[in-house]
Amino acid sequence: MGQRTPLYDTHVEMGAKIVDFGGWDMPLHYGSQLEEHHRVRRAAGMFDVSHMTVVDLKGDRVRELLRRLLANNVDKLTTPGRALYSCMLNPAGGVIDDLIAYYRDERWFRLVVNAGTTDKDLAWIGRQAAPFGAEVAPRRDLAMIAVQGPQAREKVYAALGEGLREATERLKPFHAVAVGELFIATTGYTGEDGFEIMLPAKAAVFTWRMLHDAGVAPIGLGARDTLRLEAGMNLYGADMDETVTPLESGLEWTVAWNPPARDFIGRAALEKQKTQGVARRLVGLVLEDKGVLRNHQKLVCDDVGAGEITSGSFSPTLNKSIALARVPAKATGACQVDIRGKFATARIVDYPFVRHGQSCLK
Amino acid sequence: MSKIPAELKYAKTHEWAKPMPDGSITVGISDHAQELLGDMVFVELPQVGAEFAAGQECAVVESVKAASDVYAPVAGKVVEVNAAVAAAPEKMNKDPYGDGWMFRLQPKSAGDVSALLDAKGYAALVAAEKH
Repeated sequence: MGQRTPLYDTHVEMGAKIVDFGGWDMPLHYGSQLEEHHRVRRAAGMFDVSHMTVVDLKGDRVRELLRRLLANNVDKLTTPGRALYSCMLNPAGGVIDDLIAYYRDERWFRLVVNAGTTDKDLAWIGRQAAPFGAEVAPRRDLAMIAVQGPQAREKVYAALGEGLREATERLKPFHAVAVGELFIATTGYTGEDGFEIMLPAKAAVFTWRMLHDAGVAPIGLGARDTLRLEAGMNLYGADMDETVTPLESGLEWTVAWNPPARDFIGRAALEKQKTQGVARRLVGLVLEDKGVLRNHQKLVCDDVGAGEITSGSFSPTLNKSIALARVPAKATGACQVDIRGKFATARIVDYPFVRHGQSCLK
Repeated sequence: MSKIPAELKYAKTHEWAKPMPDGSITVGISDHAQELLGDMVFVELPQVGAEFAAGQECAVVESVKAASDVYAPVAGKVVEVNAAVAAAPEKMNKDPYGDGWMFRLQPKSAGDVSALLDAKGYAALVAAEKH
């Protein structure tokens, strides 16, 4: 038996097929992964993401700590409630984890980190926090429910009360607000509008049922993966890990080079890599032939060398197979993917593949 | 609990075979197999006229989760394929023993078909796999 979130019994009751996910017993789907995927793109669905870890950082020098800890610049967070996506790097520039940082107040920042990396993250953050006198508190008392889809906001108001409307209606993406015991953020992992709601673990089942009664469908990890892949969002452990840098992972946009004096961990290694030229990059692939692209399939790009698929699946929205792949930096155009011993043609494309329910493919 | 119709024969690799009046068999994958694989998104069927040995890979199904080979339950020659299932793979999830059939095979020997598992034998195999 793995670790279980406060919603485990509710998932089982709602017909979930449970699988092991990084040591957690989590719902893969509640019947049909495809239908769940479409539900989020067309209406609204909810995900139990309580396996992820909320870490509160407190102290007078927390901002200073984060300037050093994160590759993105926490000084972009100028007003309470702002959120920032960032990588946390080791000195070699390898990605320890990707996370979201929320600015609560000048003495309190909140991080949300991945489930599978929580132990090493906490050890690393704890080590870095000590010289800054910052307190590192994992919030095991919190659960997290993501409600995503074009109808997500309206369904949340219908389920949890119109009182939330005024506080959250005008929130732009990557903002958050505390309402009573709820911490409601306009972040997500699907490419749709919606909320990620952090709440007391003891309120999770009640809240989940209220949302369900309002017509929000429960969505499993299977659809979560195809939704995030269509949205062109990296998955830690698949698309990047400690052996690659953000520059090789399609995440340079999250590295804040300015101001040059900000000495974040991994900076020297990234600058060196950038000066020498980044040999590999992450690209989107669309399969032109029949079949399905899968993680770890090898590919050959004409004249410039070999690559590997880091995340491949079937895109329910596009009705064809798509992938993220790490390829030689110069690769463009078409490539050949080894699918179970046969070569199939795929096209290198810009991603995201899908945003707000619409194809982004040209 | 997955459905295991009593009138069909089954291979250990989770294909079902339905004996037809003309001596051929219709082949698909079991309800248990489609449940394990999840939503089907791609089916690669054999060519009509192709001959296979018993247990030889003759088709591929890809679900949202994984690719999986489909094996010839007995030795024989493909006489018909279900083009509708290639166009709409979800038929294999919705009706694995009906609209979700994959191909028809003319067995080399009728005795091979009767040697396949019956519903009871297949149910025991499925139950054993769950432990």
